[in-house]
Amino acid sequence: MEITEKMVEGTATKLSAEEILEGKVLSARWEPKLKYAWDNGPAIGRYLAELKNGKIIAKKCDKCHRILIPPRMFCELCWVPTGEWVYVQDTGIVNTWIIGHVDWKAARLDIKGGARPITLSIIEIDGASKGMGILHHLGEVDPWKIHRGMKVKAVWKPPEERTGSITDIKYFKPIK
Amino acid sequence: MSKRVAIIGIGTTGFRATTPDVSYRELTYEAAMKAYLDAGVQPKDIDSFVATSEDFFEGYSIADEYSPDQLGAVLRPIYTVSGDFIHSLASAYMMILSGIGPISVAQGLSKASNMLTLSEMVTFAMDPIYNRPLKESPHAVAGLEMARFLYETGTTREQCAKVVVKNKRNALNNPYAGHSVLIDTDHVLNSEVISYPLTQMDISPHSDGAVVVVLAEEETAKTLCDKPIWIRGIGWCSDTPGLETRNWGQAIYAQMAAEMAYKMAGIRYPRKEINFAEINDEFSYKELQHLEAMRICRKGEAGPLTEIGGTEITGEFPVNPSGGCLGVGNLYELNGGHKVFEVVRQLRGEAGKNQLKNVTTGLAQSWRGIPTTTGTVVILSN
Repeated sequence: MEITEKMVEGTATKLSAEEILEGKVLSARWEPKLKYAWDNGPAIGRYLAELKNGKIIAKKCDKCHRILIPPRMFCELCWVPTGEWVYVQDTGIVNTWIIGHVDWKAARLDIKGGARPITLSIIEIDGASKGMGILHHLGEVDPWKIHRGMKVKAVWKPPEERTGSITDIKYFKPIK
Repeated sequence: MSKRVAIIGIGTTGFRATTPDVSYRELTYEAAMKAYLDAGVQPKDIDSFVATSEDFFEGYSIADEYSPDQLGAVLRPIYTVSGDFIHSLASAYMMILSGIGPISVAQGLSKASNMLTLSEMVTFAMDPIYNRPLKESPHAVAGLEMARFLYETGTTREQCAKVVVKNKRNALNNPYAGHSVLIDTDHVLNSEVISYPLTQMDISPHSDGAVVVVLAEEETAKTLCDKPIWIRGIGWCSDTPGLETRNWGQAIYAQMAAEMAYKMAGIRYPRKEINFAEINDEFSYKELQHLEAMRICRKGEAGPLTEIGGTEITGEFPVNPSGGCLGVGNLYELNGGHKVFEVVRQLRGEAGKNQLKNVTTGLAQSWRGIPTTTGTVVILSN
């Protein structure tokens, strides 16, 4: 059953944002100050350092032989310490993707006004095991022409702009 | 009569002020590896897992989703308790009694060093309408409580300072402790005032670390383990949260949690039937207040008992032989984990230089810290 405005009438006081901002109703406002400095540990630390070098690094599990990306110090399935570090390619294929019309704050993008939809994708990285990859944006592509299995390659920021972050890759673009 | 459940494996990373070399994942992984090795089990042998975390402390919403990997619990029955480690231990205990399976695991973690705005985070736990507008420091709450406790019981600041001296000294012989130091009571009494009567040295500094504990039902425990440590009683309790209406002198939450555990364990005279205790001492006076709440001491007796050395390792009733929170570090939701770890070490006879003689029953107690009125208790026997 759909809840109509008429049914709500009398059960709640209608308030506008203005009434709160103008102090016409009692309100309390708090913004949490939450700041963290997470320790990377060896796996995340090296992954980020290699991104700064323009490379993507993985770690291999000697038991299930998967090439794990992002790298980790232990295999979460075999539950044994991982083995050697392995460089993987900065190319891959699109596993799944969206054509996003809202941003991360749930604000609507002005698509009709010319804003580009958000094309976020799970990219299976070449050289890593199947199902292993990177979550990143796609660029230099018509959103409506993205397809499953599309081959893509990382577009890196210039070395001097890289900070050791996943955003050292600007986006992935289609390649032949 | 329910079936008996024992702790058959313990593991920890130890506790240090900072752990810049590892992420929270590797911290728990190390503790879990040690606990599983100690118990002689593999992740596949474990029937259920219970983790402990507080989202604001981890810096993730729904932080529990990040628990499975490092415990070997991917695609296995696992959930997270937002409370003290002993709450998780109680859940893991109930998993076995519920018939989920004979082996369960409880985990806890502290990465307190990663919280840059720790004071603001704790202040954010206060009521936003009644309390926060007054902009009190979290330690104001401890100061208020300490003042009332001293007034009601006749306990002195010197007796509280003695707790700090004792615990930090005990920690010197505990290889896992992060804040051991040899000082005297004057050092504590003359340290910087935070919220009088509370001084800087009355406050336990924070530590990082992880603890994992493996539990098993009786038959499995006896097969796998030479020294099973039996859970004889467990209890937990929360008082009303209001700062205005709570009992400021007495820790009623600890009293009720302890009585619940005593009843289950069939303990009538805790001072006689329990040999030693690891008790929450996040603030010096808390050790004394908790001792009295749990009927180990009469009202006003904990201070004088401490003064004459009755709670030393060599005393009549040793309290915090590990060094407690004051010597090991405040571990937030992991505080109960460290207490349980230490009681098990003592009951197994593995406590090294701090080993107590002829101990058969120990008590581990925790408190969720400022501004809470939540306590947990577990009684263990060898």
